[in-house]
Amino acid sequence: MTAVASIAAAQPRNGLARTASQSLTMAYRGLLKIRRTPEQLFDVTLQPIIFTVMFAYIFGGALAGNVANYLPLLIPGILVQTVITGSVVTGTQLREDMDKGVFDRFRSLPIARIAPLAGALLADTVRYAIATTITFVVGAVMGYHQVVDHLGWTVLAGLLVITVSWSISWIFALFGMLARTASSVQGISMLVLFPLTFLSNAFVQTKTLPAVLQWFADVNPISHLITAVRSLVNDQQLTGDFWVSLLGAAVVVAVFAPLTVRAYMRKA
Amino acid sequence: MTSSAVPAIEATGLVKVFGENRAVDGVDLVVQPGSVYGVLGPNGAGKTTTISMLATLLKPDGGSARVFGHDVAKEAATVRGMIGVTGQYASVDETLSATENLVVFGRLLGLSGAKARAKSAELLERFSLTEAAKRPLKHFSGGMRRRLDLAASLIAQPPLIFLDEPTTGLDPRTRAQMWDTIRELVATGSTVLLTTQYLDEADQLADRIAVIDRGRVVAEGTADDLKASVGTASLQLRLADPADLAVAEARIRNSIGVQPVASAERAWLTVPLQDPARVTDLLVDLRDAGIPLAEFGVQKPTLDEVFLAITGHGADSTAVEAEKEQVPA
Repeated sequence: MTAVASIAAAQPRNGLARTASQSLTMAYRGLLKIRRTPEQLFDVTLQPIIFTVMFAYIFGGALAGNVANYLPLLIPGILVQTVITGSVVTGTQLREDMDKGVFDRFRSLPIARIAPLAGALLADTVRYAIATTITFVVGAVMGYHQVVDHLGWTVLAGLLVITVSWSISWIFALFGMLARTASSVQGISMLVLFPLTFLSNAFVQTKTLPAVLQWFADVNPISHLITAVRSLVNDQQLTGDFWVSLLGAAVVVAVFAPLTVRAYMRKA
Repeated sequence: MTSSAVPAIEATGLVKVFGENRAVDGVDLVVQPGSVYGVLGPNGAGKTTTISMLATLLKPDGGSARVFGHDVAKEAATVRGMIGVTGQYASVDETLSATENLVVFGRLLGLSGAKARAKSAELLERFSLTEAAKRPLKHFSGGMRRRLDLAASLIAQPPLIFLDEPTTGLDPRTRAQMWDTIRELVATGSTVLLTTQYLDEADQLADRIAVIDRGRVVAEGTADDLKASVGTASLQLRLADPADLAVAEARIRNSIGVQPVASAERAWLTVPLQDPARVTDLLVDLRDAGIPLAEFGVQKPTLDEVFLAITGHGADSTAVEAEKEQVPA
């Protein structure tokens, strides 16, 4: 029985450091999965390229006289739309994962209960970073020179978008816990996100919209985030929208993280 | 401190209810350290639910269970440090390679990167998976997957290993390999609790067997105990005329002294056979009595017969019939 006793003793209590290390391992697993199934990345790789090129050439001439003039308006809009939409995948993948046998093993291991959830959310920031980089690069190639001229501000804008998307992914993670199947998570999430991202200042200036839509687009938190990105990259300014976006992200995390964790613990 | 008197598993009156269904309805188990314990039962008997409760995956609705003296509900974290669980469905990551799977599990268990890789290489070697180490599991055969699954349960060298139907769905050759692997495991001193639908598997591997039906333990003992209750083999007789059933039963009792088990609706008689040499006597006797047979055959004991013998045909005929439909002979 000494073997039993020693193994039991060799498992220290789950401290914060251990939880962090286990979450990082789970994030590493998430990255391995991405590497093994690169088609998972279509939404954050091909989609920003296609959307950016398509929207720029379709609307550029009509809305801004030419494509180059439209890019400072369009690229931040496309960026926010792509990355936020990408955060839905957190919910669907988490759901799929939890339905698989491998989750039973995680639950039977002497690890922090929260590690698989934290790891999944962490790994997804890499997806957001990929989408952000690609969108900015496509923009730069098409002539959005501010991106390159003020690289520091561009990076800050990118970090802002990644942070906000990460906080929003808690909402979709909660959907993932509550929904019955992964595809229903996808359905519900897109139903919310589609109007939310389009009824904003992502593609047009809100003053061109009818009164009711204009009101909505102006209060829409997505618009604030887009404006913040535009100010950072185009004008190299930290505006109120930057802080509003960060505050909004903090509120979302404060509300949804406990809800998600509770729903997750009940399932896990 | 744990002493040598502490059982590996001690469950008392375990209950799990899903809605109306009492999936596990008062299971008692005692498993001694260093032994292999088989839980034998048909689909839906409550085997997986029982394992899930013992492995801290499900909370019991009633009763209690201790693993090496630690309560599975109150000291779940401690218990998780002492067990390895191999589920009925592959509990490994399909998209990752064998090495990646084992390294991730190793790191979660607190091994450093280098140690996790070393442990993974060692386990892959031991389970003859080295050649396939880098391939994603999608391309693995069922047997390879099960072996990897088992390997993943052994990273922390847990003193107690749960195997939920380790060979279900495997071909006979792979099943034999899996049996060898499990035997090796026990030789290194681990305690194993495995569930199975196959009597011969429990017979091959387990020191003691609990037969479980409708969430209850209906029999418990060594493989020999169980087999003694059904005979080593049985003679299956189908009468040409179901009306002869009662007479035939009486003749069989008189001629070879055992009680046959009848299933009236199909005029089948199952006769436990301690001594195969006496089959001739029996057949001659039936011919002399003018009882024509439609078919006959000799069958090794199956779970059906264990069930028939243990639960009695009257009380449990519906469950046994249902089982027969699921596992056509």
